[in-house]
Amino acid sequence: MYSPARNWGPGFIAKLIIMALIDAIGVYGIYSAWTVKAMPIVIVMILLVLVANVVYFARRFVPAKYILPGLIFLFIFQIFVMLYTAYVAFTNYGYGHMIDKDRAIAQMQEYNSQLDPNGPSYQLTMLAKGSDIYFGIVDDGVAKVGTDAVALEPLKGAKVADNKITEAPGYTVLGMGDVASRQKEVTSLRVPVSDDPSDGALGTSNATSAEVYRPVLLYDEAADTLTDTESGTVYTDNSRGNFRAADGSKPPNDVGWRTSVGVANFARLFTDASVAKPFAEVLAWTIAFAFLSVATTFLLGLALALVFNSPRLRGQKFYRVLLILPYAFPGFMSALLWRAMLNTQFGVVNQTLLGGADIMWLQDPWLAKLSVLFVNLWLGYPYMFLVCTGALQAIPSDMMESAKVDGASPWRQFRSITLPLLFIAVAPLLISSFAFNFNNFNLIFMLTGGGPTHGTDPTRPGGTDILISMVYRVAGVDDGNPDYGLATALSIIIFILVGAIAAFSFRQTRKLEEMA
Amino acid sequence: MTTMTSTPPAKAARSGDLNRPPRSKWWREIGWRHIVGIIAIVYAVFPLIFAANIALTPGAGISNTADLFAKVGMGNFEYLFTDPSSFFVRWIVNTLVVGGVTSIGTVLMGAAASYAFSRFRFRGRRFTLSALLVIQMFPQMLAFVAIFLLLTALGEVFPALGMNSLVALICVYLGGALGANTYLMYGFFNTVPKEIDEAAKIDGATHAQIFWTIILRLVAPVLAVAGLLSFISSFSEYIIAKLVLTEAPNYTLAVALYSFVADPMNPHWGWFAAGALIAAIPVLVLFLFLQRYIVSGLTSGAVKG
Repeated sequence: MYSPARNWGPGFIAKLIIMALIDAIGVYGIYSAWTVKAMPIVIVMILLVLVANVVYFARRFVPAKYILPGLIFLFIFQIFVMLYTAYVAFTNYGYGHMIDKDRAIAQMQEYNSQLDPNGPSYQLTMLAKGSDIYFGIVDDGVAKVGTDAVALEPLKGAKVADNKITEAPGYTVLGMGDVASRQKEVTSLRVPVSDDPSDGALGTSNATSAEVYRPVLLYDEAADTLTDTESGTVYTDNSRGNFRAADGSKPPNDVGWRTSVGVANFARLFTDASVAKPFAEVLAWTIAFAFLSVATTFLLGLALALVFNSPRLRGQKFYRVLLILPYAFPGFMSALLWRAMLNTQFGVVNQTLLGGADIMWLQDPWLAKLSVLFVNLWLGYPYMFLVCTGALQAIPSDMMESAKVDGASPWRQFRSITLPLLFIAVAPLLISSFAFNFNNFNLIFMLTGGGPTHGTDPTRPGGTDILISMVYRVAGVDDGNPDYGLATALSIIIFILVGAIAAFSFRQTRKLEEMA
Repeated sequence: MTTMTSTPPAKAARSGDLNRPPRSKWWREIGWRHIVGIIAIVYAVFPLIFAANIALTPGAGISNTADLFAKVGMGNFEYLFTDPSSFFVRWIVNTLVVGGVTSIGTVLMGAAASYAFSRFRFRGRRFTLSALLVIQMFPQMLAFVAIFLLLTALGEVFPALGMNSLVALICVYLGGALGANTYLMYGFFNTVPKEIDEAAKIDGATHAQIFWTIILRLVAPVLAVAGLLSFISSFSEYIIAKLVLTEAPNYTLAVALYSFVADPMNPHWGWFAAGALIAAIPVLVLFLFLQRYIVSGLTSGAVKG
């Protein structure tokens, strides 16, 4: 193909090399996604490789050449995960509902199976392929092989003697020693007879003969019901990801599955007493915390900025550098540091500064809230100090001069000139600081862990939990009892709230700018 | 709380008064500012002195941190660097790699996008710009459940992109690259006069040459700010790092330092403080060094973690 006047300069060669690498990685990705049958990844990868080649080799699409790399990361790791979060919020995904329905039924049938006394018994050969153990049997003269994930299948080329497999191509026959060393694995293995779980599965207790274990629970696909063959109870799909009997009782060894539950998670946040009350408390504290954090840091920062804005003050630079140290120190470390300092028994605040006091700074719900605000003041005032100093220095001096000439008192000058001008400059920053503190996970997590908590229930929010640390708690990352559906529903609500704040802020900023 | 004393508004200095004012007047106008300054410095610096105190107290758990500089030794630092069970050097390397690659990637991708938004007019430009504004309001950490599921699925295809991988963590951080500081950079790009590009174009420069050799040099200050802010934010990020990195040798410093004191029964405050000081000093120096640029970035709306 003729390509018009390519300039084979170093830039073009660099582009060729980078694109070759990207294409190689892309082709490798498509291939390996294909082998694990991850079709969505295959499709996305093909699209990405095509788009990248078109964008970078066509002469058109010049802006796209610059935006594409960032856009791809943005799409996968930000937009996609946002949408996925929104999707999970409408499901019951979480503890007890981690897998899909077919696997849940298969698991329940496996957990509730019973040796069939009238069923056949087979001579068993233990086989191995890789690290997996297989059962080999002879059924009506046909050699069959299978394992827990692969139902019994006829195997061609196997040698059979006395209704027992002696050699199987592609598999190694395990001797008694091998079997003995993997005894537990062998006796717990269940090999499905066919793809239909209700046909039962083969199991063994002695590694020499296999018997059929039939599920006690039978699944009726047409009626979508599970029937207990012993008691006769019929369990139906309750459309909440579980099978339940008419009286609401659970099947034995109950396993749930992931399913859409509509707005149930959101409804729980507002109506279910065990969730709604803590949610309302946390929401109120989050707003109070964010507001008070901004207010206190701004007031202290402004006061200090005014104090040090005097041109005749010596050592201004010295003061400024030391004053912004708390801000230059990484925030999460400071929060942890304050946790040590505020320790009731051993902390330096109680022991040294207050002479052996016994104040429960982080254990009492109200004192903990106060501590959080105090530590955030320490962390946040330097930012406001910097910003206010900048804004003060930007106020035109001739304005102050003319006010002075007109005989305005210093207080009057401050109230009528300094403050309004300062406010126009910092208002958007105050709002973005509010939004930042609204989601200030690190401070809360590192300082109090959201605590003090209420006794035993780790999922119930503690005294200083803000919305985002409540999401972390409900998602159960640390205690292994996750409720992803509820956690993501909370995330969505945070998103809406922060979005509303931002929308409000844009309108306010525009108003202020128009006023100025 | 001494620092909460409300201070009267600054009195404007009388510019005409060149003679040294009498002592009482000096106190009224200047002297009290030094008092406030000293109190404020004590407030600002005491916790950092306390950190140095724990770091220098050998074997500091929780019980022996309150006596300031009672017993000084380098035991905690020795543990971090020499003990075979300590991965401290690796954690520093991990953090530098994650922070470095993330900030370089963020700066390059953000600068390229800002260049396109600032210099080209194309379909979907306004939409993309306003969409970025909306998207950047969604903190990535809110989606940590979905990130976990995505990485588990990706790990089956690209093992390097699965759980417990620094590359995966970097990719997740880069996902926030366009949202984070594009606006900051975009504003700065707009201040570079278009005549410069046009002159270069007339001289026969391609759009790539203009970008790499002219524009990037002119916007260097904003690149430094965006890079540093990105480095600090990945340096301080905890949730996603904790979620992705499951094994101790792969931790970043935020996860590792927290793990020192996570156990309330047996916290190792000494190790934590020693590690924190070592880790914080470069950030601190960079911050003070680039202060002027950072402040200009902050006043345009960037937020540091």
